[in-house]
Amino acid sequence: MSDHLFEYLCRMGDNTLVLGHRVSEWCGHAPVLEEDIALANTALDLIGQTTLWLDLAGEVEGAGRNADKLAFHRDVWDFRNLLLVEQPNGDFGQTMMRQFLFDAWHLGQLKALMDSSNAQVAAIAEKSSKEVTYHLERARDTVIGLGDGTEESHARMQAALNKLWPYVGEMFVSDDVDAALVAGGIAPDPASLRPAYDALVSDVFLAATLEKPQDDFAHKGGKSGKRHSEHLGHILTQMQWLQRAYPDATW
Amino acid sequence: MSSPEAKPYPGTQAVEHGKARADEWPLFEIFIRGQHGLSHRHVGSLHAPDAEMAIKNARDVYTRRNEGVSIWVVQASDIAASSPEEKGSLYEPANDKVYRHPTFFDIPDEVGAM
Amino acid sequence: MYAQMIKSTGDGVKSLDEMEPQERAFQERINAGGKIEPKDWMPEGYRKNLIRQIGQHAHSEIVGQLPEGNWITRAPTLERKAILLAKVQDEAGHGLYLYCAAETLGVSRDQLTRDLLSGKMKYSSIFNYPTLTWADMGAVGWLVDGAAIMNQVPLQRTSYGPYARAMVRICKEESFHQRQGYDIMMKMAKGTPAQKKMAQDALDRFWGPALMMFGPSDENSVHSAQSMAWKIKMNSNDELRQKFVDECVPQAEYLGLTVPDPDLKWNDERGHYDFTQPDWDEFFDVLKGNGPCNTERLEARNKAWDDGAWVREGLMAHAAKKRAAKLAAE
Repeated sequence: MSDHLFEYLCRMGDNTLVLGHRVSEWCGHAPVLEEDIALANTALDLIGQTTLWLDLAGEVEGAGRNADKLAFHRDVWDFRNLLLVEQPNGDFGQTMMRQFLFDAWHLGQLKALMDSSNAQVAAIAEKSSKEVTYHLERARDTVIGLGDGTEESHARMQAALNKLWPYVGEMFVSDDVDAALVAGGIAPDPASLRPAYDALVSDVFLAATLEKPQDDFAHKGGKSGKRHSEHLGHILTQMQWLQRAYPDATW
Repeated sequence: MSSPEAKPYPGTQAVEHGKARADEWPLFEIFIRGQHGLSHRHVGSLHAPDAEMAIKNARDVYTRRNEGVSIWVVQASDIAASSPEEKGSLYEPANDKVYRHPTFFDIPDEVGAM
Repeated sequence: MYAQMIKSTGDGVKSLDEMEPQERAFQERINAGGKIEPKDWMPEGYRKNLIRQIGQHAHSEIVGQLPEGNWITRAPTLERKAILLAKVQDEAGHGLYLYCAAETLGVSRDQLTRDLLSGKMKYSSIFNYPTLTWADMGAVGWLVDGAAIMNQVPLQRTSYGPYARAMVRICKEESFHQRQGYDIMMKMAKGTPAQKKMAQDALDRFWGPALMMFGPSDENSVHSAQSMAWKIKMNSNDELRQKFVDECVPQAEYLGLTVPDPDLKWNDERGHYDFTQPDWDEFFDVLKGNGPCNTERLEARNKAWDDGAWVREGLMAHAAKKRAAKLAAE
């Protein structure tokens, strides 16, 4: 069980780590000051959640690794984040669409985890769900505002949705890890979150005048770690560089 | 809320009072009520496309350090303000109404706190 | 400082006797420590100078996000990443507060932004220097924020109400910035030999540019005299620079680092450190646009603004539609 739990906690922590990294790339470059500040808040929340998930993962593993060790000293094949969150920022619309698609899943996941049989997992989920409720609200408003804005903003949001939709399916795929956690009452069955997710995003796309792509093809390989995109390696070369170049230093 | 004396700044669209500039996100004034039950207090301003987004922006800009539990936003052009020329007539008449202040009344010490 | 080389308009400081009654009342109010508020009468020169000064200060905060933002994705621990991100986010907030203060004078934020992007308005020269190693995050926080705070604390008492209030908020938030920088320096200076070398290298590169932040000597400048009479400038450049050196030298000693100035020594008579002036030719080169990063900084800001146009327009169009729908429903 503890192997599966470790794996699961890495999935949660790697999602927030990689997405937090991506969102923080915006700092100083957003379309307007208010958005710059808001994006930084989102990134800060995600980095904070990363610390909680990965510290707990290290504790469960029992090999003396903490969140920093896990974040900065694993290679691509050890990462368990969804392919969605490692996708490049693209334009602001693509960033906010990625955020919305993730938040809508993330909040459902966290809400379910608040009833986890594992008290530590439930506590992290409880704290995170408050932050993510706001992320979702803000991302939803932005997706609606830009989808229903000008011709150009509409076209850009539709393009972003078309591009990212193939990365949605991976969030709802179950494997052995999920089955073990469901059996232990620790985490929900991923597939069980899909109906509420579909209902939520459909409502938002309607308000945003966007069309959900017909094809439900899903890229996979992020959460299992079997095949990440090429993007993740580049993220890691930046993120881990100092720790790797000066392994004996403390910062 | 700009100075009525201000000459137009080159490039800034001139607007009459009570109107927002057509090509820019309007300015909102932000009021926040803190944890301790005091009234909402003006903390600053920001830009937003509408009032709903102004509340969200205010949450992100002005409550980063636990400053508040409630937010009001008002579009700056909707605020009516007293004018400095009226200072005399508006505020000076209060000066000689000293009996409105508790210190006006002498209460003997032996009565105790009042 | 963040507003370097602000030239006042006008030909020098008028005495009270030379002033018309309105201006005299204005100046007497300032002399008595009173505040000028947006709707009050003010001389056109005061308004223009303030727009330039507050605008330049705001631009400095915004461009100032870039050199530190450069290291957010490479911060060495999760905690350092969060601290740095929160710090750079604060800079955006401070720019926002300052633009709002400038807006009370009749200029719009978007116009000030356009004046920055076209190169018509300036920002502090310090942000045209590159951040090359992680130790630069320490040096920038310690020295650059340290210099900025030195200037900003007295500005909390500046005569223009909205500016003073913005500075109060900024100073309150900024108190952690310098400390986090020094904290990084302590870790580096007491770390491995490689870290210590990085720390010394960062100090070597940022010492001169930090001294330049206060601007050239303005002892004999009529412009400064006018700004000081209006209380939109509170101290002379040399005065603040000296104070900065006096504070930094013991801090560098504690770190075991060497301030890159062979002639630096304590002067018992003056009760201050004697130090070498920074390279003012370099300063004027940077101001003219020839600093190591001038081009990149302005390009980055222009790109953010241009790429963001469709977002600003899109959200505004949606807000207008919402308003129209609400009106139609009523």
